[in-house]
Amino acid sequence: MDILKKVPIREQDPSVRVNNFEEVCLGYTIDEAMEEGLRCIQCKNPRCVKGCPVSIDIPGFIKEIVNNNFKDAYEVINKYSALPAVCGRVCPQESQCEEVCIRGIKGEPVAIGKLERFVADWARENNILPKPPQNKNGRKVAIIGSGPAGITCAGEMAKYGYDVTIFEALHEPGGVLVYGIPEFRLPKEKVVKPEIENVKSLGVKIETNVIVGKSVTIDELLDEEGYEAVFIASGAGLPKFMGIPGENANGVFSANEYLTRSNLMKAFDEDYDTPIITGERVAVVGGGNVAMDAARTAVRLGAKVTIVYRRSESELPARTEEVHHAKEEGIEFMFLTNPKEILVDDKGWVKGMKCVRMDLGDEDSTGRRRPIEIEGTEFIIDVDSVIMSLGTSPNPLISSTTKGLETNRYQCIVADDETGMTSREGVFAGGDAVTGSATVILAMGAGKAAAKAMNQYILSKNS
Amino acid sequence: MENHSYVITRKEKLANSIYLMDVKAPRVASHCYPGQFIILIVDEKGERIPLTICDYDREEGTVTIVFQALGPSTKLMAEYEVGDAFRDFTGPLGQKSVLIDMPQEELRQKNVLFVAGGVGTAPVYPQVKWMKEKGYDVDCIIGARNKELIILEEPMKKYAKNVYITTDDGSYGMKGNVNDAIKDLINNKGKKYDIIVAIGPMIMMKYVCILTKELGIKTIVSMNPIMVDGTGMCGACRLTIGDTIKFACVDGPEFDGHLVNFDEAMNRLSMYKTEEGKKHLREKEGETHHHKGCQCHDE
Ligand SMILES: Cc1cc2nc3c(=O)[nH]c(=O)nc-3n(C[C@H](O)[C@H](O)[C@H](O)COP(=O)(O)OP(=O)(O)OC[C@H]3O[C@@H](n4cnc5c(N)ncnc54)[C@H](O)[C@@H]3O)c2cc1C
Ligand SMILES: Cc1cc2nc3c(=O)[nH]c(=O)nc-3n(C[C@H](O)[C@H](O)[C@H](O)COP(=O)(O)OP(=O)(O)OC[C@H]3O[C@@H](n4cnc5c(N)ncnc54)[C@H](O)[C@@H]3O)c2cc1C
Ligand code: SF4
Ligand code: SF4
Ligand code: FES
Repeated sequence: MDILKKVPIREQDPSVRVNNFEEVCLGYTIDEAMEEGLRCIQCKNPRCVKGCPVSIDIPGFIKEIVNNNFKDAYEVINKYSALPAVCGRVCPQESQCEEVCIRGIKGEPVAIGKLERFVADWARENNILPKPPQNKNGRKVAIIGSGPAGITCAGEMAKYGYDVTIFEALHEPGGVLVYGIPEFRLPKEKVVKPEIENVKSLGVKIETNVIVGKSVTIDELLDEEGYEAVFIASGAGLPKFMGIPGENANGVFSANEYLTRSNLMKAFDEDYDTPIITGERVAVVGGGNVAMDAARTAVRLGAKVTIVYRRSESELPARTEEVHHAKEEGIEFMFLTNPKEILVDDKGWVKGMKCVRMDLGDEDSTGRRRPIEIEGTEFIIDVDSVIMSLGTSPNPLISSTTKGLETNRYQCIVADDETGMTSREGVFAGGDAVTGSATVILAMGAGKAAAKAMNQYILSKNS
Repeated sequence: MENHSYVITRKEKLANSIYLMDVKAPRVASHCYPGQFIILIVDEKGERIPLTICDYDREEGTVTIVFQALGPSTKLMAEYEVGDAFRDFTGPLGQKSVLIDMPQEELRQKNVLFVAGGVGTAPVYPQVKWMKEKGYDVDCIIGARNKELIILEEPMKKYAKNVYITTDDGSYGMKGNVNDAIKDLINNKGKKYDIIVAIGPMIMMKYVCILTKELGIKTIVSMNPIMVDGTGMCGACRLTIGDTIKFACVDGPEFDGHLVNFDEAMNRLSMYKTEEGKKHLREKEGETHHHKGCQCHDE
């Protein structure tokens, strides 16, 4: 074994997996996990922990793996994270915990994410549940949205002893974990559902089909239904479009529509009623995780897929692992290319996309080089469907129906970084609703921080 | 998930394939207004079906829906009886009717005509009822292909000052389409209207809008594009209104009819329905589309 390298992870072969929606990454076996765990040198001053937004005691849980105490390993992680099986799969580890791991200076970092996933999967397979809270204080708090931020905050509040209800607009809890991230990266029945069940086993109630702002307002929750504080974790789900000609033609979708049809509504499964249009030649516009997910879903539904991105490969915001997987699955990348117009046939369907070549200019305010059109380089790509994956912003539904809730010009709710406190007393917020689209673990971190602050707020109010 | 029980408390057959149901959904019933809609899911494997709120009873906690059993999902709904429950029922979605938020003094000065086409009579009904309860008299045209498809005539008569019926084949009321009826009222019966609310098939709303634009009468329509989530998350329901893009589920479903790009909207509506659309759907490897066994679309 090469101590400088990670123990290789088993994956489904690309030629097989393009024909199914099963998970791509197969995870470590017990032996592999113990072997990889040995690569951790148990730093006294572990840098990895600082790289993790929720400060998981990484050497602590790895030590328990090496000692063959998987249950203890799970308990260590559970002190910090409510969704380890999710984070172990979708965290951008390469730019967080693993980026700073000391092993990474000379060789590859410890496979922290894969080990975390191993522990969480082992616990689930062995029916290890988080410990239910000891004392109930009888006080009610409401959480809006059941994505990672809401779930985490709910779990923490339940552990403090509160009577917690999550209100979720859709018919399934989980937020992006169920409607956005595809099955082949994050299995729903196997991974997401049990993690949500874990939170429910702490006594958290989840009321689905409640659209806060429509079915009930925040004011009513506070003033009439007896909730002492509210945490808004409604995410950033509103899709953007480019505003180019032809964008409303049949065969143009937002990534959210495409992924929601496939994931939440299970259009990929023939038993379900939801229709999905796949197209034979699909262009996905954008370069983030969402674009990769849409592209890889389209491949599995039988399409030939091209990703069109206006910057170059090194600026791709998607995780490297996902880009690598996408390439293995035969997805073509067209960098430095931007759509100008979607061409429409006489029946109103997409028949092609006119694009232009781009060049990179000076750095913009985000520190990335600004793409500039190269005049006279227009060309047409032959596609019959286009999936727009240009990012999302928070839905104004809640801010527009809640008095005294401040938002910024991106529609994001303004909340204190440390506490999640908003401009409205008793109302806290966190996750994508505050930051705009970010990551699962950051949303969880915000949920956890807000729980602490909410607990303090309620205690001081009642003392 | 908590155990909600979206139980059906009343079911009536209004016409050959048109049904009315009251469904227990207290959170929706306590907050809804005319003009808004709900989304329901029949069973575990069903789609999210948007339906306009036809009436509501805040005390009983029930919401009334009226639907036409056309495709697989609505046909499955029609098999449900009193006492059965739908898996999911959520709302109210969308904005309330424009009339409801209009200042009372302004509304008092307006002559309002409602134009209902087919199942569109259902969403018109609560608006007419609301107007009457607030003390405004309105007229209403109900149009359909034939007598059998005229629904809610009696309840409508309770609340509208005048109800005019038209059928395409002349089997009941006036012979002709709703536009013939509008023209008849204005040209021959000396009526004057300031606002027309037209709800029905998109093609009907399109032609009503062409006429009322000529006549210079402000017209409100209720759009029913294809939807997925109904909460502003997917953009499937996007419409071109004037020169901006709007999401029908959050910005609508009502819009100024003279600004709606109907041709684009009708084209988008056909996406999953026409032969053209079905060709684009994933091959189902000889399987039937629907788990209950598809009785092929009879349209
Ligand atoms: C396709 C896709 C792939 C991604 N891949 C990754 C990845 O690999 N790694 C990673 O770290 N991050 C990834 N992300 C980002 C990550 O999923 C999000 O940052 C994270 O889910 C945000 O969590 P949240 O709890 O703030 O919001 P969400 O997960 O968006 O949850 C919000 C919930 O609130 C509900 N809601 C909204 N409004 C209301 C209302 N008015 N009333 C009641 N409920 C409401 C919504 O229905 C939703 O369920 C991805 C995102 C997408 C879309
Ligand atoms: C805001 C709104 C209010 C509505 N109110 C009513 C109402 O009060 N009564 C009523 O009978 N109908 C109403 N509709 C239309 C109703 O939702 C559709 O008739 C129904 O979804 C069709 O389902 P189906 O499978 O039975 O029919 P099919 O015609 O077989 O539909 C095939 C597929 O097309 C899609 N689809 C077709 N038409 C629509 C549509 N208009 N909206 C969303 N998806 C569609 C669905 O995905 C469906 O699987 C409304 C639609 C909207 C958007
Ligand atoms: S939660 Fe994410 S960042 Fe933290 S240890 Fe796990 S994989 Fe690393
Ligand atoms: S930095 Fe790397 S080697 Fe050090 S404790 Fe963390 S995982 Fe182990
Ligand atoms: S139905 Fe999804 S945004 Fe309107």
